[in-house]
Order: sequence, then structure tokens, then C-alpha cells
Amino acid sequence: MIEARGLSKRYGDKLAVNDLSFTVRPGRVTGFLGPNGAGKTTTMRMILGLDRPSAGSVTVNRKPFGELYSAMREVGALLDAKAVHGGRSAYNHLLCLAQTNDIPRSRVDEVIGIVGLEDVAGKRSKGFSLGMSQRLGIAAALLGDPDVLMFDEPVNGLDPEGIRWIRLLMRSLAAEGRTVFVSSHLMSEMENTADHLIVIGRGKLIADCPMAEFTAGGAAQAAVVKTPDAELLAAAVAAAGGTLEREMDGSFTVHGISAERTGALALANGILLHYLAPARVSLEEAFMELTADSVEYQAKTGAQK
Amino acid sequence: MTTTAIPPTPARIRAVPPVLRRPGLPGTLRSELTKIVSVRSTYWTLLAFVAASIAWAVLYCGGTVSHGIGPSFNATEASLTGQVALGELIIVVLGALVITSEYSTGMIRTSLAVMPRRGVLYSAKAIVFATVTLTISLVTSFVDFFVGQAILSGKHYNTTLGAPGVLRSIFLSAAIVMVFGLLAYGAGAIIRHTAGAITAILGVIFLIPLLAQALPNAWFADLQRWLPGGGALEPITRSAPPIDAHLFTAWGEFAVFSGYAAVLLAIGAWLFIRRDA
Repeated sequence: MIEARGLSKRYGDKLAVNDLSFTVRPGRVTGFLGPNGAGKTTTMRMILGLDRPSAGSVTVNRKPFGELYSAMREVGALLDAKAVHGGRSAYNHLLCLAQTNDIPRSRVDEVIGIVGLEDVAGKRSKGFSLGMSQRLGIAAALLGDPDVLMFDEPVNGLDPEGIRWIRLLMRSLAAEGRTVFVSSHLMSEMENTADHLIVIGRGKLIADCPMAEFTAGGAAQAAVVKTPDAELLAAAVAAAGGTLEREMDGSFTVHGISAERTGALALANGILLHYLAPARVSLEEAFMELTADSVEYQAKTGAQK
Repeated sequence: MTTTAIPPTPARIRAVPPVLRRPGLPGTLRSELTKIVSVRSTYWTLLAFVAASIAWAVLYCGGTVSHGIGPSFNATEASLTGQVALGELIIVVLGALVITSEYSTGMIRTSLAVMPRRGVLYSAKAIVFATVTLTISLVTSFVDFFVGQAILSGKHYNTTLGAPGVLRSIFLSAAIVMVFGLLAYGAGAIIRHTAGAITAILGVIFLIPLLAQALPNAWFADLQRWLPGGGALEPITRSAPPIDAHLFTAWGEFAVFSGYAAVLLAIGAWLFIRRDA
């Protein structure tokens, strides 16, 4: 379990992480989402005690990271797959990590087997592909068989096979009762993986809710309609504070108003509807909507509505 | 934020045996030994150190045999001066690399994520580097000495292990190499950049004595015993007392440079423990 309370980090006059409070619980995969530069990596670095918070605190299993009895047995982390000495073989890399926490050599062989690096264990990691490096990083995280696992953008640059493998691994780790905390800047990566989401933008907490609630939250405020009286409906929707958008297939999406409310508006204004349904907002859209105001580097000429 | 009770972590079959004592220095020393012997740069720098030290001893003693000796000649110094004047510069590179390579590769983040006790990690690194270096340089010192004396014996300029001050010179010539390595380790921890740390230490070794020579002669004579690089290392390699009466004795000069190393190591430790990694 990871608990952050009022966690903040200031670099010069820039607030990278701003008063974050959240709890990452065991037994499920928690996605940590936010646009690039939102403060995800900084938060993870503070969890691992690499960076000192400017304010607030964060604990792992109720202790600050530095006070854990045996760090590797409690937390395994993959922050940056390329953060290894490329001149050292994969085996020796894992061995030197294991030795710090008095973990036996046999476990090194075991994790090499788990991630499938047996054939290259004796090779220097300099020549590893990104996928192999990610596997090496995951092997390192698993060495201590920890209760808490943290992965920063683990599928970045991986092929579909590698993405699938990591996804299944994370699911099975959570199923074993572990705390799994995974960051990503792409919502789509979380769609089939995370049970719970923590969304941040510009260092601030935007959402902390179960996956289902996150998608439903968007759907509650949108509807899909088909109508021959588009202009009348547009006026009625606008009067009620929403907007109407024409889709490619000739249907319309009502934004900012629920399906029930749209039906009531149509009835009150005598507008004929051929079709009415709550919009199933994809995770991607819900995420974009939530973080639109908090994207650090926004394209000036972007197709923002 | 919900305030539901935290469910107890379900019992798993642990793949890793628990520890009875909190992981610390013993394991981290083993880890650092694995690190230092598992990269090629260690072997290259140590090989260069041994080769340069012995080659200098051969050339210097060979030159002495063909040109004859002056009044200040000391047979021990002739065989060891290469290791201290030249070998030391190579060990400086290794001392810096041991810590700066962690930063240049990003490995430091992994190292601290498995061993968050920063003081333990910093000390283990320094102890392993110092031990490896001292072992190699001690062996090299003896080889330098015997090779040098063998050459000098051609004209009976040679001395023996049993002569006064000889063993001290051999030991201190090995130890001073380690001290300079630790100086670079401290600088590496402060600067966190390989080229920067090496440049800083070599700059201090070469530049400061050079600049100091611009001072009035009387000042320089008094100052020299405190400066790295120049004549201050001479008493260390010399079995007889120093020629220049302004210099400290061998042990005195050794203490001066050990003091500098201790200061840099302490500043490095303080920053290593305090700074964001």
C-alpha cells in the first residue's frame, strides 16, 4: 500500500507536484495517468525516496521508503529500463542488486526465468533492445518478491507482444494480492489493465476513482441522438447549457447534458427523435476532457474544440 | 477519499527467504564488489596502472644505470616514483568512475531504490574501491621495487627490503595511490560527472603547484609541503629523509593528503545523503 498526503515537489519556481493525496491499495492494478510532464515520474521518485518532497509525505506499507526493513522485499520498481550500467551483464546486474538485500543467487536465476532472459543473461545489457531492457527492469523489480510494485511507463516502445505480456503480468501480480501502481500518459494502455485510476495534471489530482466510475462519469453528461429537427434540438440544447455536435454517420452527440435530460428537452419542445442513448465515452475521450486544461505543452494550433 | 479499513495482505508463499537482520553494509559490500569486478573499465584502468608503474620503474632505473647517479639519488625512490607520479593519475580515473558511472548510466536510481540507506551505499562503494585499489597497488609497489632494484644492481646502486625506510616507502607508495583514488571518489560524489570530477582532481594536482611557483621563493618553499602533485610526494617514495628540509617526513606528507581525502569524502557523503538522486 502506498499513501501520499499533501505531497508536493518544487523545482525552482515550478511546482512539479502540487498537494497530492491518494492511496494505492493492494489486490488491484492502479493506473497513474496524466499527460507528459504532469508529475507522474516525480511522484514515483518521491515514493522511492530518490527525491525529497518539498512538502507533505508519502509512505509505503505505512513507513517512509528509507525506513523499510528490507526495501527489495517490500517494493520493486521499474522507473527507467535504460538506467543500468550497460557494461555489466544482465546476470551480474541482478546479482549486485540482490546482494544488497541478502537475497540468494537462486532467486536471480528464478527471475531471469520469469522474464524469459535466459539466453542473454550473460550478455552485456548495452546491446539489449528496449523490450529486453524492460524485461530486465521487471526482473529487478521482482527480485525481492515484493508486496508493492511500481512501473513507470512500462510499455513505452514495446511491441504488441511485449505489451500483452506486461499487461498479463501486472494483472497476475495484483491477483496475488500485491499493490500494483503503473503510470502511463496513454489512456488506452489502461483500458484493459487498471481496476482503479489516479489521474493527475500539472501536478494536481484530477480524479481518483474506480475505472468503471471514470468512464461512466463522462457518459452521464453526453448522449447520442438521431433527429430530423437538428436545428431545433441544437437551440434547445444550447438554451439548456449544452452543445450539439454532428457526427460522420449523420447522428448527433449532445455534450454536457445527460440522455434523460435530452429526452425531456425534446419532448418539451416537440422535437422528433429517432434514436436516443447515453453516449459511451471512451476512456481516451474522458481522459482528454479531464486533462484538457492541464496539458503542460499544448499545441497552439491543436484541433481543440 | 474513502476511509475503508485496509485489508490485510493475503498470505503468499514467499519466493525469497526473510532476513533476520536488516540488510546493510555486509550485503552492500558484496554488491559493490560484484559491481566493480563485473565491468571492463575496472580491468582496463587497473591494467594501465600496473603497466605504467612498472614501465616507469624500468625506464627510470635503466636511465640511472646508464647515466650514473647524483648526490640526491635514492634507490627506493627510483623504483617507486613512477607508481606515485603517474600511476596515481590513472587510479584517480577509476576512483571517479566508480561513483560517476552510476550517475551517467542512471544506475544510481536503481541502486538507491534497492538500498535506500544512502550512508551504507556510499561507504560500501568507498570501502570496496579502496580495498581493491590498495591490494593491486601494494602488489605493484613490490613488483616496482624488485624490478627496479634488479636493474640498479647492474651498477650496484640497489638497496634491499631490509634497509631502513624501504618497507615504509613501499607501503606508503601503495597507500598514497589509494588516497588519491578516494580523493577522486569524493570529488565524483560532489560533481556527479566523470569528466568533471577527473578534470577537477587533475587540475588540482597539476595546476596548483604550478601556480604556487609564481609566489615568492620563500613562500613557495613553505607552501609546497601542503600541495599535491609537486615535490610533496617525494618523501613518500624515498627511504631516506627528504632532501628539501621544508617538506614533511613521509608519514607527515601522507597524513596531509589523507586529510584532504577525508575532507572531500565527508563533503561527498553529506551531499550524497542529502541531495535528490
